[in-house]
Amino acid sequence: MPLRRVRFTFKTELIQRPVIYELGIKFGIVTNIRRAEVGQETGWVMLELEGAIEEIDRGLKWVASEGVEVSTLEGDILAG
Amino acid sequence: MQLLPLRGPVEKLSNVQSLRCKECGRDYPQEPIYVCDYCFGPLEVAYDYDEIAKNISREKIQDGPLTIWRYDQLLPASRDNAINIGAGMTPLLKADNLGKELGLNNLWIKNDAANPTHSFKDRVVSVATTKAVEFEFDTIACASTGNLAGATAAHGAKAGMNTMVFIPADLERGKVLGAAIFGSVVLVNGNYDDVNRLCSELGDDRRWAFVNINMRPYYSEGSKSLGYELAEQLGWHAPEHVIVPVASGSLFTKVYKGLQEFAQLGIIDSVDTKMHIAQPFGCSPVAKAFVEGQTHPKPVVPDTIAKSLAIGSPADGYYSVGIANNTGGSATIVPESEIAEGMKLLAETEGIFTETAGGVVISTLRRLAREGVIGKNEETVALITGTGLKTLEAIENTVTTSTIDATVQSFDEIVMGSVVS
Repeated sequence: MPLRRVRFTFKTELIQRPVIYELGIKFGIVTNIRRAEVGQETGWVMLELEGAIEEIDRGLKWVASEGVEVSTLEGDILAG
Repeated sequence: MQLLPLRGPVEKLSNVQSLRCKECGRDYPQEPIYVCDYCFGPLEVAYDYDEIAKNISREKIQDGPLTIWRYDQLLPASRDNAINIGAGMTPLLKADNLGKELGLNNLWIKNDAANPTHSFKDRVVSVATTKAVEFEFDTIACASTGNLAGATAAHGAKAGMNTMVFIPADLERGKVLGAAIFGSVVLVNGNYDDVNRLCSELGDDRRWAFVNINMRPYYSEGSKSLGYELAEQLGWHAPEHVIVPVASGSLFTKVYKGLQEFAQLGIIDSVDTKMHIAQPFGCSPVAKAFVEGQTHPKPVVPDTIAKSLAIGSPADGYYSVGIANNTGGSATIVPESEIAEGMKLLAETEGIFTETAGGVVISTLRRLAREGVIGKNEETVALITGTGLKTLEAIENTVTTSTIDATVQSFDEIVMGSVVS
């Protein structure tokens, strides 16, 4: 099954919501958290996603539409 | 998935131990990989400093080439294999005129616009390309809106490699041509995020040396040479302040690492340098995190005229905030309107035409001087990382010229401001 490694950054209003759980349930994706820091106001999570590539793409679009910042582990590649 | 090259790496260097995770400390072999499989932390080159100490001295450095490769003992690739178009050993200039303007008596400008493709990116790409050759890749790639494109295209040409330079299709023509002259440039229809996503996907599944993806641990080490040069050019000591333009944060962390390594090896006595972050208002995730007391920058969508600093999700932002805090440094968010002012101030006082990132640095310097963060006699270096010729649009409305008829009378009337009877 294809894997994708991503970083989610959460705004304050999303801290209490189980977005990663919902991502797994809605899109049939196995979510595997590797490193995270979650505080009262913000949080970030680095995780591996495993599933059908189309579902991972759809799932990441859904996560972003919910207000979570989705980025690659390596940060922005497009440099000045 | 992290792809290895078609063939195995060449003989291991004696000065390098391994790649090491900056978070969990796990060691990895010297391969074209960039992230820890366990904790997803970034991998960094780990050196054998005991071995290096046997082979490095001020004299040996001074006997080396006038390029970054004079510091080869502290670089993760061999000088013998160097893809060298002359990166490094750029001028460190005493900036007395600018210093007088700002009330600083001990101000220096490190002019990295004097590199072969006119930016500091030649340093990192020279190392990345050399490493790519050592790993026997046949293709080198990057995604860029400016400086990195030119540096990668030029070094790829010198190395005789296939080169893939991805540029947003709507980039200014001058920047496209500046990279395209060296060879293969691919224009991508789409916005910033589209180009990022495409290159992330290509980086995952093509057997290419992507300079700031799978070559990143090696590539970023090239920036340390700026720290070494500062120390050497100042007479073998570290300055009290360094002001660095921050995009991904890699340059910021590596300049400091370079100074620290020199101290660790006894090349200089100690490092007591305050590291200052300079970012533009339209893309300031790292400076904002510092100012707000956060450790991790929150990603932003860049909207700044300082295109070379437009990294909304900075890979080394967390580490940059840490260094600024630990060294007693600072972070400045420069209003977009002050960027061209900074460029103009440097040009009019020191005769150096910097890019927009340099305008951010000079405006930061001005603020730090005004606020007394930098004392008037404290030794300070401002890093100028690229040339203004690549960002002409930024100063179009800030410079004035005179147009005259081809007569002495017209000259006297308009330029000299006097009417000849």
